[in-house]
Amino acid sequence: MQTEVIISGFGGQGTLYAGQVLAYAAMDEGKQVTWIPSYGPEMRGGTANCTVVISDEEIGSPTVKHPKAVLALNLPSLDKYEDMIAPGGCLVVNESMVNRKPERTDIRVVMLPANEIAREIGNERAANMVMLGALLANMDILPNEALEKALKNHTAQRLQKFVEMNIQALRRGGEYRAS
Amino acid sequence: MALELIKGNVAVAEAAVRAGLVSYFGYPITPQTELLEYLSARMPELNRAFVQAESELGAINMVYGAACTGRRTMTSSSSPGVSLMQEGLSYISCTELPVVIVDVVRGGPGLGNIAPSQSDYNQATRGGGHGEYHQIVLAPASVQEAIDLTTLAFDLAEKYRSVVMVLMDGSLGQMMEPAELPPFQPIKTEIPDWAVRGIPGRGKHVLTSINIDPPAQERTNIRLMTRWQQVEANEVRYKGYYLEDAEYLVVGYGTAGRISLSAVRAAREKGIKVGLLRPISLAPFPFKVLSDLAEQVKALLVVEMNNGQMLEDVRLAVANRKPIAFYGRMGGMVPFADDVLQEIEALAAGPLSQEEHPRDRWLAKMRVEFGTGA
Amino acid sequence: MLDTDVKVVYQRPRGFEELPTHYCPGCTHGVAHRLIAEVLEEMGELEHTIGVAPVGCAVFAYNYFAFDFVEAPHGRAPAMATGIKRSLPDATVFTYQGDGDLASIGMGEIVAAASRGELITVIFINNTNYGMTGGQMAPTTLPGQVTTSSPMGRDVERQGYPIRTAELLSSLDGAAYVVRRSLHDPKNIRMAKKAIRTAFEVQKQGLGFSMVELLSTCPTNWGMTPANARVWLAEHMVPYYPIGDFKVSSSIAYDKPKGRD
Repeated sequence: MQTEVIISGFGGQGTLYAGQVLAYAAMDEGKQVTWIPSYGPEMRGGTANCTVVISDEEIGSPTVKHPKAVLALNLPSLDKYEDMIAPGGCLVVNESMVNRKPERTDIRVVMLPANEIAREIGNERAANMVMLGALLANMDILPNEALEKALKNHTAQRLQKFVEMNIQALRRGGEYRAS
Repeated sequence: MALELIKGNVAVAEAAVRAGLVSYFGYPITPQTELLEYLSARMPELNRAFVQAESELGAINMVYGAACTGRRTMTSSSSPGVSLMQEGLSYISCTELPVVIVDVVRGGPGLGNIAPSQSDYNQATRGGGHGEYHQIVLAPASVQEAIDLTTLAFDLAEKYRSVVMVLMDGSLGQMMEPAELPPFQPIKTEIPDWAVRGIPGRGKHVLTSINIDPPAQERTNIRLMTRWQQVEANEVRYKGYYLEDAEYLVVGYGTAGRISLSAVRAAREKGIKVGLLRPISLAPFPFKVLSDLAEQVKALLVVEMNNGQMLEDVRLAVANRKPIAFYGRMGGMVPFADDVLQEIEALAAGPLSQEEHPRDRWLAKMRVEFGTGA
Repeated sequence: MLDTDVKVVYQRPRGFEELPTHYCPGCTHGVAHRLIAEVLEEMGELEHTIGVAPVGCAVFAYNYFAFDFVEAPHGRAPAMATGIKRSLPDATVFTYQGDGDLASIGMGEIVAAASRGELITVIFINNTNYGMTGGQMAPTTLPGQVTTSSPMGRDVERQGYPIRTAELLSSLDGAAYVVRRSLHDPKNIRMAKKAIRTAFEVQKQGLGFSMVELLSTCPTNWGMTPANARVWLAEHMVPYYPIGDFKVSSSIAYDKPKGRD
């Protein structure tokens, strides 16, 4: 069993970090995992994205043409990745940052206003965790507790104060289901 | 020991530290810079030497000097920087010194770009500097392998008094995977006989790459060649996947190798009996195993992130016994497993001419798909 | 009657191998070598020293010195010396470089090493031309000077101006001791030896980068007798390349020789 997730948004939306949290959780669950960022000129300004591959066996390619899941944190990401998702896959869209609905009907779509939800919790920057929580609630990748454990175990000491809020964000995101 | 989620560049740097690295000299260049940055903090913390050199020329010659003292030293760079270091690598090879160099290859030629590439295969495996010499080239495909091969590189460098290059690419440098770092090795206290140390009572030691008498240079070259024969006999490394019943064989190293693994699995699901050979030592190249596999399979596919450089080594091994197809992406483009799967399916579908050069067939297709640019 | 009255006034320094050198008759490389060997012997450093030879006439310097030596690629001696010194901080490390090696192809390395305050000593031989390759124009070739690659004389309009290396490097904060001396007569040779001693002391005391530029003759490529070459040096080189101290760190305690400060 192998799952590929692309997490994409503007630089500053925490997409790379969200991918790392997912990767840590997979590692702690005893899975094989790769995390790879897109790097280069697009790091400045354009979309920042990373691909996380989670598998039970040795992982081949760390990148995929047709991922099983995409977290689109902004409109350019939705435009770029909607068509690429493997049939039957899952698309999580940050409703706060897009002005259209996805068109695909052969995939499951989760729409949620991640920025607003994060703001309610206390910090808009937790939108990435809201999105991640929604993904795990809608796809059988890892148990939700795995992410919470990863946040607790792998967050640097000076950032521990944000862990509780991030866990809250995961849980709030987890309340949303694919339409 | 516990697994850590660790980035390729950082993993290599820490592995070198744990292998007992005494000095590091480097110059910033993307996509290798994190390695240098990591060591700029780590080495002083351990009271070891770190110098950000004025250029890659400076860096490789600092490494040259440090290697003369018989202590573990290394540098790292990326393609254009490694080109600048070739003069030094030739001198170091001729002086028969152990040096480890990491090349995080990027797209080229020229300034090119900072995307992952394998276009320096020829430069790495043929000895990119002047004169005739060999260097050991190890190509990891995962973060764990990068760690293990960096550790091995120091041992091989000393065993054969040779340059050992760890040939990576930008994607492996940037990728994070769970990996286990080795325990700390103590810094070696025994110093090889040949080192210059300024030690009283030991007699004078000279290290040079000059043999002004041609017969002396020829004798040196014979010694270098003889040592290389030992390397070829003892240090071939590769990994095979699904080879037992394979009727088709994909050959790819590093990132292209692991991408091919995904494609091979997908092809197996479709009922194609295909295996993968992933060379780990590019020099010495696994000629023998490839030659044996050529007997077993019907046809081969070589996958690289370049214009077919390892392809020539595969052709040497196969010796025109079986048809070979080539699939490459260049200039920092990285193939998807789906693309490689298509190539495997095409390979299994039809007989392939052995007349045409695999590169010509591939290039004709590339022109159709991406335009000629001319 | 004989033995007991004999007093040795001159002999081969311990730092020298018993070998004839390959240098041309009258060339001052031999003098420079000797001064280094004498100083290192007097300091008790002979067996703690690692020399770095250049590419140029002194490429075989390691044959003549009786201690550890390495041979650098053209211009890279300061980088190689850096690698050695950082690996063996207790060793005495010096480079011996000519003007093509140091001031042309190796200008990057020497400036960087000096600016880092690298604890190495540089002996810089300035003889205004590329000696080993047969007398081509060097960065130090004087205006109007004829060489095999400036046959009409160095034309500063087209070929630029000579580089005063000691002055250039003296502007760097990492440089603790940068001086110029000459080898054209006994008085200047004695001054040169003192400067070489100071330069090595600066290294031992960890004060910073040290360099002694030595004005030298090249009778063969200049097309002169050794005696005339020394006169030419005094008359033409010294006015352009003044003898003097260009950087002397305030931490250095020593007898200041006469000359420019």
